[in-house]
Amino acid sequence: MTQGCGAISRRDVLKTSAAGAAIAGSLGTGSVAMAQAEPNAPPTAAVRMKVNGKQTSLTLDTRTTLLDALREHLKLTGTKKGCDHGQCGACTVIVNGRRINSCLTLAVMHEGDEVTTIEGLGTVGDLHPMQAAFVEHDGFQCGYCTPGQICSAVAVLEEIRAGIPSHVTEDIGAAPGMTTLEMRERMSGNICRCGAYSNIAEAMAQVAGVKA
Amino acid sequence: MRPFTYERATSAQDAAAKAAAMPGARFIAGGTNLLDLMKLEIETPGHLIDVNGLGMDQIVETPEGGLRIGALVRNTDLAADKRVRKDYGVLTRALVAGASGQLRNKATTAGNLLQRTRCPYFYDVNMPCNKRKPGSGCGAIGGFSRQLGVIGTSEACIATHPSDMAVAMRVLDASVETMRPDGTTRAIPIAEFHKLPGQTPQTETALEQGELIISVALPKPTGGTHIYRKVRDRASYAFALVSVAAVIGRDGKGAVALGGVAPKPWRVQEADALLPKGAQAVSDRLFAEATPREDNAFKIMLAKRTIASVIAEAKG
Repeated sequence: MTQGCGAISRRDVLKTSAAGAAIAGSLGTGSVAMAQAEPNAPPTAAVRMKVNGKQTSLTLDTRTTLLDALREHLKLTGTKKGCDHGQCGACTVIVNGRRINSCLTLAVMHEGDEVTTIEGLGTVGDLHPMQAAFVEHDGFQCGYCTPGQICSAVAVLEEIRAGIPSHVTEDIGAAPGMTTLEMRERMSGNICRCGAYSNIAEAMAQVAGVKA
Repeated sequence: MRPFTYERATSAQDAAAKAAAMPGARFIAGGTNLLDLMKLEIETPGHLIDVNGLGMDQIVETPEGGLRIGALVRNTDLAADKRVRKDYGVLTRALVAGASGQLRNKATTAGNLLQRTRCPYFYDVNMPCNKRKPGSGCGAIGGFSRQLGVIGTSEACIATHPSDMAVAMRVLDASVETMRPDGTTRAIPIAEFHKLPGQTPQTETALEQGELIISVALPKPTGGTHIYRKVRDRASYAFALVSVAAVIGRDGKGAVALGGVAPKPWRVQEADALLPKGAQAVSDRLFAEATPREDNAFKIMLAKRTIASVIAEAKG
């Protein structure tokens, strides 16, 4: 999304307020840098990952989730934090070709992994076919769950092609069909509070080349 | 989340020995349950031992004609394995009935067995819970118990075990293979792996301090019709109110285990023997000593009807 020239974005306001809070908070306890140097500073660990094709090297508080590493450290804010407990799917990213909840995994557990976020699927000028289909079919309203929905949708089609069975696969001895029933079942880990589900299903069907 | 130190294990024995030597250390594999609980500070390990680099992610055939499933085999891979789909269909069915695609991609075989209850009183740190804080009482007894256990529970705890996979493992007579901190191994029958709460609901499994699950073994396939029927509030991505795992032969004989009703996958050998007599007989035996609450008494009728439906399906 683009911001109007000269306009102050909501994100800028949030950043400014957060900085203000940090300064206010530091008055009583000394600078943030000093606080980090204290002997009781939380443990850190190093991790190298390839994120959207680019090698990254981070040293992080061990508690940092992959989601927070992407958003707060690599500034890839396309991936969203919804419930932060693996229930809503807004944080879905693709790691080594598989979709996962980035909120329920520690960044330091991803040494050497390849991570693809919504930013790595396509760009404004060169949308991924799934992104284009979401736009065409109105697969979103507020858009908050959309990056997770799209990452999940892209991986779901791959899962069906790979022959991975699902709860609605009638014959688990055979390969699952590329059907909207299969797609809907497999998307149950992505919640959309606006209720764009049927349009998401249409977008997925279009990319899969089947009738919605 | 409380701060913790982190290391990547170099071998199974190294991991087990370190976990035994450090009180408060925990293994982490998929992490989908542990991290959820750490965020809520229900789990507060001071040290995490990441076992993901240890291999243990293969499914191999055993000399006895069964399968040995590595502890780190992801739920997705176990469900998709051709041999599992062909000979242990109840296991694939149970796996794909659980969680979401994202979670199944991370969740491991061992971690699934070790996942903790979703009792809302266990999750709410403002409520008493003997499992979370031994001796604090049970908020669920006398509270909202619709999702909770009706059999195998105690006056200290009425939580259920949340796993679908474990119910299938129980009906298949799986055994859990472990490594102890001194490097010795043992096999624990799945029937003895999960503990009933009694007065110590905080003790959930037979594992000793530091003991690491390395694999789960399935015996030689027995044939029969494999069914996993899960009844829940939503059609997908919800825990079971009641689930039934069954393997039933052409002669009507077989085995049945239930999920969603007890602190462990619920199977009674004498109830298995009653399968040819029908759902009423099986259900009466399975729930002979049930202590349902007002909110969850419906589970007994629901289980009986689900068993009836499963028996009918097996007859074709």
